[in-house]
Amino acid sequence: MLEEARSRWHPIAAAHDLPFRHVFHGQLLGREFAVWRADDGYVNIWENRCLHRGVRLSIGINDGRELKCQYHGWRYSNRTAGCTYIPAHPADAPARTITNRTFPAVERYGLVWSSEEPRGEVPEIAGLAEGKLLALRGIAVNAPADKVVERLRAYRFQPNGAIDGEGADILVEAAQDFAVALRSRASSAETQGVFFVQPVDSNRSVIRGVLDQEAEGAARIAILRHHNERLSKLRDEVERDVANAPAPAPLEPVYERVSAELAEMPEVTTHGRKAALRVSVARKWQAADGIAGFELRPIKGILPTFQPGAHIDVHMPNGEIRQYSITNGPGETDSFTIGVKLERDSKGGSKCMHETVREGDVLAISEPRNNFPLRRDAIKTLFVAGGIGITPLLAMAQALKNQELAHELHYFAQGEEHLAFADRLKHLGDALKPHLGLSPDATGAELRQLLAGYRNGMHLYICGPGPMLEAARKIAAEQGWPDSAVHFEYFKNTNKIDDSSSFEVALARSCVTLQVPAGKTIMQVMRESGIDVPSSCEQGACGTCVATLIEGEPDHQDVYLNDAERKAGTKIMTCVSRAKSARLVLDI
Amino acid sequence: MATHCVDRELLNDWHIVADQESLSQDVPFSTRLLGVDLVVRKHSNKIEVVRNDTGDVLKSAERYGFVWTCLDKPWRDIIYIPEANEADRHLVSGGSIAVKVSGLRAVENFLDMGHFPFIHTGWLGEEPHTEVVPYKVEITPQDEVLATECKFYQPIASPTAKEGFVVEYIYKVIRPYTVALYKSNPIQKGRLDVITLFVQPVDEENCVAHPYLCYLKEGMDAATVRSFMQLIFAQDKPILENQVPKRLPLDPRAETPIRADAVSVSYRRWLRDRAVTYGAIPAQI
Repeated sequence: MLEEARSRWHPIAAAHDLPFRHVFHGQLLGREFAVWRADDGYVNIWENRCLHRGVRLSIGINDGRELKCQYHGWRYSNRTAGCTYIPAHPADAPARTITNRTFPAVERYGLVWSSEEPRGEVPEIAGLAEGKLLALRGIAVNAPADKVVERLRAYRFQPNGAIDGEGADILVEAAQDFAVALRSRASSAETQGVFFVQPVDSNRSVIRGVLDQEAEGAARIAILRHHNERLSKLRDEVERDVANAPAPAPLEPVYERVSAELAEMPEVTTHGRKAALRVSVARKWQAADGIAGFELRPIKGILPTFQPGAHIDVHMPNGEIRQYSITNGPGETDSFTIGVKLERDSKGGSKCMHETVREGDVLAISEPRNNFPLRRDAIKTLFVAGGIGITPLLAMAQALKNQELAHELHYFAQGEEHLAFADRLKHLGDALKPHLGLSPDATGAELRQLLAGYRNGMHLYICGPGPMLEAARKIAAEQGWPDSAVHFEYFKNTNKIDDSSSFEVALARSCVTLQVPAGKTIMQVMRESGIDVPSSCEQGACGTCVATLIEGEPDHQDVYLNDAERKAGTKIMTCVSRAKSARLVLDI
Repeated sequence: MATHCVDRELLNDWHIVADQESLSQDVPFSTRLLGVDLVVRKHSNKIEVVRNDTGDVLKSAERYGFVWTCLDKPWRDIIYIPEANEADRHLVSGGSIAVKVSGLRAVENFLDMGHFPFIHTGWLGEEPHTEVVPYKVEITPQDEVLATECKFYQPIASPTAKEGFVVEYIYKVIRPYTVALYKSNPIQKGRLDVITLFVQPVDEENCVAHPYLCYLKEGMDAATVRSFMQLIFAQDKPILENQVPKRLPLDPRAETPIRADAVSVSYRRWLRDRAVTYGAIPAQI
């Protein structure tokens, strides 16, 4: 019977077991769950085990958006259960595929239902009207579910309206493997009680009763006490019944193995310029003067996990592909919100998004990629945003705000009406420092002031138009910020790409040597040879196509690497950069 | 889980079964080793270890203030700790602490720096200083797992520390259930304080940790050393007892390692290579 039970829905908690920011320890058929409600109302039912070292997530911390493991502080996102941050490696974005096992959750009859491999729907109970019910306190019984059901068929209780009386008539309306429906009548009073039996393990159960009428105040307490006393007595009887029989062996849960790839902790995942996801534009609005906001919802299933700083490729109806940063805060995983600025010299990207794309349209997007990861081990983090450069930094600031880590968001814009995503900005409180209407010179002076006072352990993130970004990087360097503490993301590469050189590229791990002629990129040549290269912007700005350089002198033409990384000569962007030497050896 | 141990590596080795201080004259002290129930007796200052099932008197020894026994013929001597011979050190036990988890998990936790800011908050670590920088791991010619150049920022690294600083560690797994930690002494810079964690495998899912502390005396008293160790271990215990499954999985795909876990990855591989199965879930082949 228990094997068959795996494909059924069972209650695993009462809705009231999930109060604000609590993590409930649930169990079904020997398997433990960490059950938690995010602030957006979503109920998460996860394997009760951190993927890292097996510590129970039910002792973790629910911050309303993410669940943080106690042991090493790994953070898992609401809804997707994907890991968004690994504190031991603050400079890395965790592999997106580190995702905990989730189980379906349905709230019904004041209970939370789940199943290991559900077939069909949560049972439909005639007479139980949603919202007008009273869920009783769960009664744990050390006995197999079928023994509990057997005793429940003879359970006697008073209807709500005659709770102090005695001798009500009881009618068994229905009885199944894991539930008994009873009706209690005494003169004019009548109450239906449905008693579900949750098979916790082979020899443990929980009785979860639901009455068809709600009650308030003292009456409610009296009803709850009435059932609590009687069900406790029933529990004692069942436990006496089974005391002499040998207890069945506990069920052994099977834990899924992590992927071979994860077991080896790969540095970078490879994928081409693909758009595997389909989203619909749930909302389009004016997020600021000249900036359109788009809320993108999945057509089916759920969106993959993102981290602050991540971007998606949006494939537009006109065939153009553009990158947009995700502005969401942690745990906001039901949609992606992006901001698109209408560029005056638009070649069709932002123009299409502004003029053609409407609410309800379907777009193809790539999975989120994070080449601008946020460290969370800084003693203080400064964000410097210029104009639409706010988008990745907004996601980052919300993440730090959520963890109560020290940060300031300096937002440079032409005027109040140009500040995008006012609703999100408002939540940042005092950390938001707008700098409005400044000339380039005044901006420089302001930056000099706010970048003074660098201390070891501080980190700076900059995103904005090229000239401002250059100025901020220069000023930071002058003020003593080391390259390793300054992180930046360009919107685009405005360098003029010189593709006149020709050279040889040896791929060390693939054991092939390719000729790169003038006019073609390393990436194009690799793809022509059937080698899958991940890419996104393909103009040297986003960092997706980075390759490790083993030998040779690179001709960097990107804007992703910082000066120290360029000097080190160990990385190259294969979409635009080339060789000064006759030969490059890449670790591909 | 009182399954029988078949690992020669463990059956033919010495294990701690009691702290000598916890024994009273003629009061039997019951304990368990590798699933075998034992009684330790002290009679006219002679100590005897007896198996409950067979009544056999086992080979026993007293060293470092502990009672040791071996269930079979010992293949090698009790671990030698040179620092225990240095007169200017406190040589104290941190207390025998029972933990409801495989002793191998306890050893692995002892090797782990990443949890300091979250479990030993304000002492051995503190957010946001969470980064585990790369360190070196090797197998020594004596077949021990050795991790060197381990560095971590600690607000109160030792009972006498007044301010936070980056502490350097060396870890050494000496035997499957024994691990040592060497930590630079804050006063005598050239010398190291040593903590050796002897884990008594009670059964596959229970252990008793016996930390043995060799701390330089200068500026420190023995009670402080001991209470600091107990504070730290008390913080680890509830986490260890919430690890699922309780035994240490040796399948590389059972859990998700990261670079910070380089030493535990080596430890698990080392256990696999030595065919240690007691307290472990063997790798699927």
